[in-house]
Amino acid sequence: MAAETRPVPLVLPRRARVRIRGGGLSTLVFLIPLLLVFGVFSWIPIGRAVVMSFQETNLVTPSTFVGLQNFRDVLADPLLWTAVKNTLYFAFLALLFGYPVPLVAAVLMSEVRRFKSLYSALAYLPVVIPPVVAVLLWKFFYDAGPTGVFNTILGYVGIGPVSWLQDSASVMPSLVLEATWAAAGGTVIIYLAALTGVSTDLYEAAEIDRASIWRKVWHVTMPQLRGVLLITFILQIVGTAQVFLEPFLFTDGGPANSTTTLLLLIYNYAFANSLGGEYGMATALSIMLAVVLGLLSVLYFRLTRGWSKS
Amino acid sequence: MSRGILSPADWRRPRVRWTAFGLHGVLLAVLFVVGLGPMLWLAKAAITPTQDTLRSPLALWPHGVDWSNLATAWTRVEVDKYFLNTVVLAAGSWFMQLLVATTAGYALSVLRPRYGKVITAVVLATLFVPAVVLLVPLYLTIVDPPLLKASLINSFWAVWLPAGANAFNILLVQRFFDNLPREVFEAARVDGAGPFRLFWSVVLPMSRPILGVVSVFAIIGAWKDFLWPMLVLPDPNLQPLSVRLPALQKFVEFDVFLAALAISTVIPVLLFGLFQRFFLNSGALNGAVKG
Repeated sequence: MAAETRPVPLVLPRRARVRIRGGGLSTLVFLIPLLLVFGVFSWIPIGRAVVMSFQETNLVTPSTFVGLQNFRDVLADPLLWTAVKNTLYFAFLALLFGYPVPLVAAVLMSEVRRFKSLYSALAYLPVVIPPVVAVLLWKFFYDAGPTGVFNTILGYVGIGPVSWLQDSASVMPSLVLEATWAAAGGTVIIYLAALTGVSTDLYEAAEIDRASIWRKVWHVTMPQLRGVLLITFILQIVGTAQVFLEPFLFTDGGPANSTTTLLLLIYNYAFANSLGGEYGMATALSIMLAVVLGLLSVLYFRLTRGWSKS
Repeated sequence: MSRGILSPADWRRPRVRWTAFGLHGVLLAVLFVVGLGPMLWLAKAAITPTQDTLRSPLALWPHGVDWSNLATAWTRVEVDKYFLNTVVLAAGSWFMQLLVATTAGYALSVLRPRYGKVITAVVLATLFVPAVVLLVPLYLTIVDPPLLKASLINSFWAVWLPAGANAFNILLVQRFFDNLPREVFEAARVDGAGPFRLFWSVVLPMSRPILGVVSVFAIIGAWKDFLWPMLVLPDPNLQPLSVRLPALQKFVEFDVFLAALAISTVIPVLLFGLFQRFFLNSGALNGAVKG
């Protein structure tokens, strides 16, 4: 059968373009869920937070403006400085435990050749366990008696029972240990993604220069991860500054307020008293925390702006 | 061939090879103990009598297996009720998040009205506001919602509605919609599809992957949620598992309590098992919120 050859135009004639241009009523209809939900449950409350921090609010009488009184009350609260100290301590320990571990794990895992997904799945597993379950489980692991889970393990190597959560010296590291366990997997996945993005040309170039494995890690891998490392650092600071679940469920701030964090203090201002709380003080403190975190982030990115480019 | 830090030549050197294998073996062992260990322990403890768990918590083989723990937790402690509450809360939050994210993503990324940029900016700006700022004013909004006469306290809507205000979802969906081929939309338009038809029959079917990602994170997120449902659902009959578990601890026998913890873990772990790639590929940003 003779193939009928027809000249095929190399370029199809361009159709008259149909413009899809929103702006009509139907576009607005599609935006209704967004505008309603964000408006009522995000934008207005954020605005209201700012206003409320200057108001005396209770659930019975209309709010009245009190100027800076809420801020003065918060700053005069002796517990505030305890909470600031505890939160900083938590953030510091979380960096100490939690920052290097996922990085080292991810660099090692990126070199795994078989069953790689098994490694990452195992590392991520603690992240999917409901945080409340994790804390309640660890609370039992931290049992201070000699038959507590961790104390049994320590007993194998002859270390006496530690009273994890009851001792104001060991309580904070105990909380941080659990929090790190619960969150590290997420960071590992981020680093793994970043590591696959490192161009192999760079390693090959380094090898031509006879770079050792350590030098490749230090002079190629680390600089390539710098951008991600900077972001996870500030995200971790912002996250740990708002730690709530661990101190709330493990110790409720105890012993002797040694784990009262800023968020626990905000919660206690607003909700600990069932008759209606110090909503003004709670919002004033949360606004202050948000402003400090915002300034910190801006300052941080200013300072590190030069580093992240490579 | 893909390679990492170690070159094929490195791999051929026995010393490097065995060090790498050794380190990977140690790492795998540590990951097993740290990642899977607590879950396995919980699974064992859930069917172990209290005395065994308390006396020798690390014994591999309990003296007796007590399957009734699970049944007791499920029926007498009413974990079934809290489980159902959790499912209903997660389902509603999932629906709200999909509704808001898909309609908004469609309007902003496909229809692209002139004022779209402003709305996108205001939505994304909320990502930079720490969640703590919202806590009290959002609570007061629920106590005394606008337009409604009644308080939403002790109503599932108090959890469902705010769940929709998730800027991260909008960001994900918008980025996905931006990359869909516009020629397809234009062709659909030529064939006479209106904006609603275009949304339902063209854009949504093309967006299955991103809808899957948003769905899985919505459900897991709702399952993990604690502080917010605790505040707005003070009635124990309405509370989800996460809120109820700390209270149960005080009046439930220990082995039954551990069984309840195990039951609460099953669904998220199952979802993780089924949708691993969502977590391990695209989940990167979500896990980064806390250190």
